[in-house]
Amino acid sequence: MGITFRKETFRDDFTFRNSPEHIRRFPFPFHEDSYMYAVNIEPHVVGPKGSVLENLIDVDEHYVAEMQDRAMVLAEDPLRCQSLPHMTLAGWDLLELLMEQQALGYPEHFTLTRDGDRWRWINRPLGIDDTFTFGDTSTLPYGPMEYITRQSQGDFCILDQRDGNLWMDAGMVTTQADWSLDFDIGMNFFEWHAPVPLAHEKGIFVRALKFLTNIQQGKPARRLNWTMTINPRLDTSPENYHKWGPDRTTVTPENVGDKVHLRVELQSFWRLPRSNGIVFPIRCYLIKMDELVTQPKWARRLHRVIRDLPEELANYKGLTRYRPTLVEWLSKLDDGSPTSAGFGPD
Amino acid sequence: MSTGTTKLDVVVSDVVPVNELVTRFHFRRRDGELLPTFSGGAHVVVEMRDGERTRLNPYSLMGSPLDTREYTISVRRDDVGRGGSLFMHNQVRPGLEMVVSYPVNLFSLDLRAKKHLMLAGGIGITPFMAQTAQLAGEGGNFELHYTCRTASLGTYADVLSERYGRRVRLYHDDREERIELDRLLSSQPLGTHLYVCGPAGMINWVRDRAAALGWPPETVHFEHFAAPQPGLPFDVTLAVSGKIIRVGEQQSLLEAIEAAGVDPPYLCRGGVCGQCETNVISCDGKFIHNDHWLSEEDHRSGRKIMPCVSRFEGKSLVLER
Repeated sequence: MGITFRKETFRDDFTFRNSPEHIRRFPFPFHEDSYMYAVNIEPHVVGPKGSVLENLIDVDEHYVAEMQDRAMVLAEDPLRCQSLPHMTLAGWDLLELLMEQQALGYPEHFTLTRDGDRWRWINRPLGIDDTFTFGDTSTLPYGPMEYITRQSQGDFCILDQRDGNLWMDAGMVTTQADWSLDFDIGMNFFEWHAPVPLAHEKGIFVRALKFLTNIQQGKPARRLNWTMTINPRLDTSPENYHKWGPDRTTVTPENVGDKVHLRVELQSFWRLPRSNGIVFPIRCYLIKMDELVTQPKWARRLHRVIRDLPEELANYKGLTRYRPTLVEWLSKLDDGSPTSAGFGPD
Repeated sequence: MSTGTTKLDVVVSDVVPVNELVTRFHFRRRDGELLPTFSGGAHVVVEMRDGERTRLNPYSLMGSPLDTREYTISVRRDDVGRGGSLFMHNQVRPGLEMVVSYPVNLFSLDLRAKKHLMLAGGIGITPFMAQTAQLAGEGGNFELHYTCRTASLGTYADVLSERYGRRVRLYHDDREERIELDRLLSSQPLGTHLYVCGPAGMINWVRDRAAALGWPPETVHFEHFAAPQPGLPFDVTLAVSGKIIRVGEQQSLLEAIEAAGVDPPYLCRGGVCGQCETNVISCDGKFIHNDHWLSEEDHRSGRKIMPCVSRFEGKSLVLER
C-alpha cells in the first residue's frame, strides 16, 4: 500500500491541503497550555505507526508537490543550495543516509541496490532510475548533497564539527522560516543563532551545542520547533520577504481559518560516519487553522499558548500583527475545560 | 547501556602479534553484516568481561574507513597498567564473542586543510593508520613523522613506508634520531593542519612549539592516550542514587560508579570528551584532576569532576549521580 501523492501548490493559488489522516498525524508541538524555550531534545527513535515518526525520515502525501516546489525555488535562486569544498564527503554521507532511510521506510516507492561502489537508486514517485559510483561526483547530475536533497522533503543543514563548535558549511534550504543559508553559510552555532531572543540569556545554546557535538553515530536526536505562516507557503525566506511579508496584513476574522497556518519543524540531528559532520534535517509541516481545530484539544490548547506567548517571542516569530485576530477566533473554540497531557489529539 | 554509545556484537576474527609489545585484533559482526562506516581518527570502546569485572577501554580503529568488513585495533601491552591491555593480550583469542561500541571520533581530520602534517609517537600511530588510508583514497596531501624507540618497535612502520613511501619519515630513539620540530613546523605551507598522537610529553612539546611558532590553535589537533591513573582508594557518596562506593587503587571513579549499578554517560573514558562531567556537592580533601575537559577555573572551583580519569584524596566526597 503506497502513499497517494497530492497534486497541490505552495504558492499562487495555494491548493495545499492535508487529508483527514494527515491532520491526525500532524506533529502538534505543544505538550502543555503554555510555551517557553527549553532544550527539548530527545532520542530520534521510531514512534507509533501512523505518526510522522513511523520512519526516521518521513515521506508523506506532499512529497511530489514539495519536490516540484523545491525545483522552482532553485531555478530562481541557486544559492539556496551551497556546499563549501571540504563538505563533499559529508554530502555522500547524507546521500547514503537518505537513500537508506527512504528505501527502508517506503520500499514501494524507493529502491536502493548496491554492488560495491556501484549503486542503483530508483525513485518511483519522481520517475528517477539512476546508476552511479558512490564517491565519484562525476557519475551524478548534481553534487551528492544536491542530488539527494532534491528528492527528500525538508531542509538540510550539514554542519562541520571542529574546535568544539559546529559550522554551517553546506545545506539545501528552500522551505525555511525566515532565515537564509546564503547569509549563514560558514557561520558557527552561536553566530547563526545570534538573532534568537531570550534563549542566549538562559544558556540554552551553550547546553545545546554541548549536546550536539556529542551526538553519536547510530543515535540520532530530534526536537520540534514552530512558528506560523500566512498561506501555505513553504518558501518564507528573507530573499522572498516581499512576497510573503505583506500576507501578514491580510488576516481578517473571516479568513483566519483558511490563511493562518501552524508551521512545525521536526528537526533531527545525525552524526555522519565518513566526514564526522552532523546533518540537521529540518522537516516542515504545515496545517491551516480550519484543519487544526478539527481536533478540539489542539484548538483549546493553541488558544492558550498563543494568547499567553511572551511579547518578544511573538515578535520574533512574526505573529504580532495578526495575533489579536487569531486569539479572538481561537477563543470561541476554547470552552475552558482542561486539556489532556501530551501532544496527540484526544 | 542506554547512556553510552550504541553497541555492536562482534566476534574476534583474528589475533596477530605485531612485535614484542603490540598485538592486533580483528573484529567482525556476529551477524555477518558490514560494520558501521567510520572516519579516520575514530575509536571504539571495547568491553572486556574479565571475571566479575567489566573493563571498558577505548582503542583507535586502524583499518581503512573504506573497508568495514572488519574493525582492527592494536593494543600495546602495559605490564604495570590497570590490566585491560593484559586481558586483551592474554585472554582474547579468535572466536571470542565481544561487544564494542559504535565508532566515536574525537580526533577528526579537518577536511579544510590544504595539507595534513601528522606526528606520531609509539602506539600513537594507530589513528594515523586510518587517517592516512582515508586521505590516500581521496588524494589528500599528508606527511607522517613517526618516532619509536627502536626499529623493531616501529609498529606498522614497514607497512606505512611501503604504502606511502617518502610521505612517511621514521625516527628511532636508539639511533638518537629526533624530529627537527622547529624546522618542520616553520617550513609548512599555509593551510597546513597539524595532528599529534603519542605520549603526553610529546603532545605537550609539539603543542608548545607550534604555539611559539605562531600556529593558530585551531590548526593543531591532538589525541591523548590517557588511561586512568591508579591512586589511593577513596570513598564517595552518590547523592542522587543514594549509594556509597569505594574506588579501588586500580579502578577509575567512573568504573566504580558503573560497578555500583549507576549508568552514567561516557564517550572517551580519557578525560577529553566532557560526557561524564559530574557536579560535586561537597568535599573535604583534594582533587587530582587528570582531565583535559574542565577549565582551570572549574578545577579550582572544586565543583566539577570528570570521573573517567580524575581522583580524590581526602576525608569525604559527595557527587551528584
